[in-house]
Amino acid sequence: MTSSPTLIFKRPDAMSENVTHYCPGCTHGVIHRLVAESLDELGLRDRAVGVAPVGCSVLIYNYFNVDFLEAPHGRAPALATGFKRVRPDMIVFTYQGDGDLASIGMGEIVHAANRGEKFTTIFVNNAIYGMTGGQMAPTTMPNQRTTTSPAGRDVNKAGFPIRMSEMLSTLKTPSYIARVGVFTPMHIINAKKAIKKAFRLQMEGKCFSMVEVLSTCPTNWGINPIESTKWVKTDMEPYFPLGVFSDPERGDD
Amino acid sequence: MAKRLMKGNEAIGEAAIAAGAPNYFAYPITPQSEVAEYLCWRLPEVDGVFVQAESEVAVGNMLFGASASGKRVFTTSSSPGISLMQETISYMAGAHLPVVFVNIMRGGPGLGGILPAQSDYFQATKGGGHGDYRIIVLAPSSVQEAVDMMLWAFDLAEKYLTPVMLIGDGMIGQMMESVEFPDKYREENNPDEIEWALTGAKGRKARICKSLFLNPEQLEENSFLLAEKYKKIKKAERRCELYNVKDDNKIIITSYGTMARICQTAIDELEGEGVSVGLFRPITLFPYPEEELYAEGSKKNIKCVLSVEMSTGQMVEDVERIMKGKKKIDFFGRTGGVVPSPDEVKDKVRKILRIKK
Ligand SMILES: Cc1ncc(C[n+]2csc(CCOP(=O)(O)OP(=O)(O)O)c2C)c(N)n1
Ligand code: SF4
Repeated sequence: MTSSPTLIFKRPDAMSENVTHYCPGCTHGVIHRLVAESLDELGLRDRAVGVAPVGCSVLIYNYFNVDFLEAPHGRAPALATGFKRVRPDMIVFTYQGDGDLASIGMGEIVHAANRGEKFTTIFVNNAIYGMTGGQMAPTTMPNQRTTTSPAGRDVNKAGFPIRMSEMLSTLKTPSYIARVGVFTPMHIINAKKAIKKAFRLQMEGKCFSMVEVLSTCPTNWGINPIESTKWVKTDMEPYFPLGVFSDPERGDD
Repeated sequence: MAKRLMKGNEAIGEAAIAAGAPNYFAYPITPQSEVAEYLCWRLPEVDGVFVQAESEVAVGNMLFGASASGKRVFTTSSSPGISLMQETISYMAGAHLPVVFVNIMRGGPGLGGILPAQSDYFQATKGGGHGDYRIIVLAPSSVQEAVDMMLWAFDLAEKYLTPVMLIGDGMIGQMMESVEFPDKYREENNPDEIEWALTGAKGRKARICKSLFLNPEQLEENSFLLAEKYKKIKKAERRCELYNVKDDNKIIITSYGTMARICQTAIDELEGEGVSVGLFRPITLFPYPEEELYAEGSKKNIKCVLSVEMSTGQMVEDVERIMKGKKKIDFFGRTGGVVPSPDEVKDKVRKILRIKK
């Protein structure tokens, strides 16, 4: 007896067939997929507009079947604000690295969150500037070596890594803000739940939503992919704890 | 429609609504904050969008995002604010997006002052941001002309898919004049009818709005495409106005904006004294009406082309370039918020012609 084959796994409709340019072991690709699956499952692909950052994921639009805008470095939240204000019926999201969002684009993200703009931000924190070759980011860990902090980040001169999720959740304006990881399958499942919820809240017109994802950069960290996922767990997670920092459904302010 | 007495800044805001562009993003700065103060209550009346942004950097980028939707969008600002928008202007030029900027110029450099000036001519016409690009630059000399130009600016921006900038000095913004608006205001664009707008990839391939081309041949191709566009603009959109131009003119004054109106007064008074001077007023600063200036300026009777500006000499460099050494070029300007009087212009003309008072 033959039964017809059951489809159990496929490329999300929101993803294109292009092969990504990401380095082996980089988790940008995993995060892309979680965004695409969320758009598919909520039926949002054909009314979504993404805003690409400047950083390793600048070419994100090549990997999606979704309309995309390419922002100047750090300005994605301003572009998203402009688009969403004139087309409130559409679903708008930004995808940004830590240099993009927490350094040059700090002003734009804080004010977009504070105005309660109804878009979603996927914030990829890999503790380094990937695209430009591994310079220090505002999220670089204390004593972490980078090409502009070869002796390790000196917190006396460069300050401590900025915890964006905690900082944005101090704003009184309602928002959904969560930090997730993608360094084990269980974490990936939880990350997906948070991303999907962020989009659902936007769909319902509720609030600004941001999911910070702890990500890897084996190339610029100078360690292999397996050690990289371990490093996220041992070195990043204690400083950047996972969790939900603000949730309108929890009655948070 | 009946005439209305309106301040330039408010009329500019109303004109954008008439142009089907009730989508405004801005950050306050003197001498044009009245535009935002007017539009913050006026736009909700027409279901428009009003956003006070956190900075002019954000304003520019909000316009970038909003423009990609296919709707008409604009901002108004003044010199220091326009400097902060140069990032976006370069990106939007590269991405072929329409948008209208209004610069009600004040004195610079730096924080400068808050009084009228024309010292942003270079920034506007030569490209204040990075890269091989130009924008269309329009210079109104009255409140009515500012209104008419706003209507035209949005059409130009859409026709050529490019940023357009109106530059007026502080007087254009502050002055009250009677103005007329069109009887029928233009409807807002329907994004679904615009072939480049981001409307969601429904039943079509995804659209990408970008200025990044990592392949040098592709970037060169985009730059050539822009260059081609500027050529077309130069051919089709030059505008200028002549005043008192006749065969016994000894001097042609080139001047734009409200400075040109002051020159008209000087010209009228000189005419009464038997000194004949013509005025060449460029209405478009990019494209500059080059052929027209050359034709007028190189006539036999002209001894000198005199550029009069509220700057230390910016447009005069274009005048020199266009006249190709054919005539003597002279310059008169005051700046920093000091507005030349008709008497000063007259004195300069007499000095050139060696006429004793
Ligand atoms: C105005 C401007 N300044 C600097 C740069 C150079 N630049 C490109 S990407 C980047 C940092 C990207 O780092 P991040 O946001 O952490 O993303 P990642 O590459 O790590 O994913 C910088 C500094 C630029 N493109 N534009
Ligand atoms: S440089 Fe780092 S962030 Fe960029 S693709 Fe490679 S691993 Fe990923």
